[in-house]
Amino acid sequence: MAARTGSEAAAARLPPSPRVAFAPNWAARAGWVLLALYVVYATGQLEISLDRVIRGLENAQRFLGRMFPPNLEADKLELIRAGIVESLQIAVLATAAGIALSLPLGLAAARNLAPPWLSGAMRVVIAVCRSFHPVIVAILFVKAVGFGALAGVLALIVSTMGFVSKLFAEVVEEMDPGQVEAVRATGAGFLNVLVMGVLPQVMSRFIGLSVYQFDSNLRNSTMVGIVGGGGIGAPLFTAYQRFDYDVVMTILIVIIALILLCEVVSGRVRRVFQ
Amino acid sequence: MTVRAGSKAGADGAAAAASAVTATSSAMATGQDPGYGPGQGQGHTPAPRRWQRFSPLVRLGRFAVYLGSVAAIVWSLRTIEVIPEFLYDAPEQTADLFRRMWPFDWPYWEEAIRAALIETFHIATLGTVLALMMAIPLSFLAARNFTRHVGLNWLAQFIFVSSRSVNSLIWALLFVAIFGPGALAGVLSIAFRSIGFIGKLFCEALEEAHPGPIEALTAAGAPRSLVLAKGYWPQVEPAFWSLALLRWDINIRESAVLGLVGAGGIGVALDAALNNLYWDQVGLILAVIFAVVIVTEVVTSWLRARVI
Repeated sequence: MAARTGSEAAAARLPPSPRVAFAPNWAARAGWVLLALYVVYATGQLEISLDRVIRGLENAQRFLGRMFPPNLEADKLELIRAGIVESLQIAVLATAAGIALSLPLGLAAARNLAPPWLSGAMRVVIAVCRSFHPVIVAILFVKAVGFGALAGVLALIVSTMGFVSKLFAEVVEEMDPGQVEAVRATGAGFLNVLVMGVLPQVMSRFIGLSVYQFDSNLRNSTMVGIVGGGGIGAPLFTAYQRFDYDVVMTILIVIIALILLCEVVSGRVRRVFQ
Repeated sequence: MTVRAGSKAGADGAAAAASAVTATSSAMATGQDPGYGPGQGQGHTPAPRRWQRFSPLVRLGRFAVYLGSVAAIVWSLRTIEVIPEFLYDAPEQTADLFRRMWPFDWPYWEEAIRAALIETFHIATLGTVLALMMAIPLSFLAARNFTRHVGLNWLAQFIFVSSRSVNSLIWALLFVAIFGPGALAGVLSIAFRSIGFIGKLFCEALEEAHPGPIEALTAAGAPRSLVLAKGYWPQVEPAFWSLALLRWDINIRESAVLGLVGAGGIGVALDAALNNLYWDQVGLILAVIFAVVIVTEVVTSWLRARVI
């Protein structure tokens, strides 16, 4: 921290006689004041006022009142079931295809395995994949391949590749070069070095990343439907726009339950592969 | 020929040795039972030992996971609804998409994008600040070494979990319904989504704080507020800043889509351009988002190297 290094320099310069326990750090305090000023300024810019918040709270009461009780009619439940199943399918397929593509992409982006031109190019690909929110990528795929689950799958494949291959490349770069050298010293070809020297070291981390990404894909697969990418997002957004807030509530409960369930399962899976 | 065969055998042997080394080292690193097969520890029998990397339970668990994954993939592939008619002209549509995007509608930058971009920046930053203000007290409540009350710990953890399991777009839907469309809903949805993330990780940092300085301060008779400010805070300050930066980086990205549901920022402009099928404006907006995300990453990594 700039402030801290400043105070350390000051402490080194000053004679140690006037010792103050917990000397005030003026630079840091100035930083906090600046932050507070920014908050006030930005709040004004966005036209946020206490008045609006209070008016909103009245709205919230009405809104929450209309959400309860959740709508449990049979036809709505059938719609929700179909949407949730599609979201799950999107998450499963996107994770499977995404990690299958991330494995070579991550290896090619690791600077200790690939030549600089290749790792550099792959890093650009990863940066492009990472910088867009899956929902934005889904918009483009909806235009390219039409409405439906396929657009959602493709969008989530892109974000999976961005996340998994970036972290996987970092894992590969941190691995122990000794084992790789040992395998290489026996005269093994590149593929053998990869399979015997590299993969055994990094596979458990790769699986951990993939499991994490499945959770994340499931969360996002409930959202891509808002822009036409399939899954539970479409019924959710439709119900929201028709002010059927009790249906929204049912869908939210189902989504949250599904995500929590998947977190428990993925925690178990990660422990098996540690 | 013989030489080749010999070298191949040598490679296999070395590979086996290498994987055996991995087995022991990874087992030692995680402190788990290496789970060698039968024959281990019976030094008096010269019979050949069977070395196995994992215990039967772990192997069974892994097999179950593999089986489950394959079953899930097969099930999804067989039942997912894909409309093949849409796929026939996919390359054409993609080409059309890019043809319509270029050249960008540059005047639109002055018209709408710049203001929307600034709004997005404010939403992400204010949302992060608000999230920090709410998450830090909660994570003190959740940290078992600071708050010695199981009920309060659980309450705070429950808040974190519920915050994290609702996507920021869903938070945005809720807040738009409550406060109406606009930046206020965006700030609140960013903040509420971030509480769980920041709180969980900051709570872990607090629980890892060294008890020595805290005990020393308590023994010297320091009031609880001073123990907090001078015992805990200096230890967790680096974690605080790195979390704040990390989440800010994520929030810049997320706040770009909040506008799709009406929560302000550049997403509103994107939504309008999409609905009007002005792909040249869409292209410009996407390019701007890409540039902002790259700049944010550079800035945060620079700050992280300098500050933490």
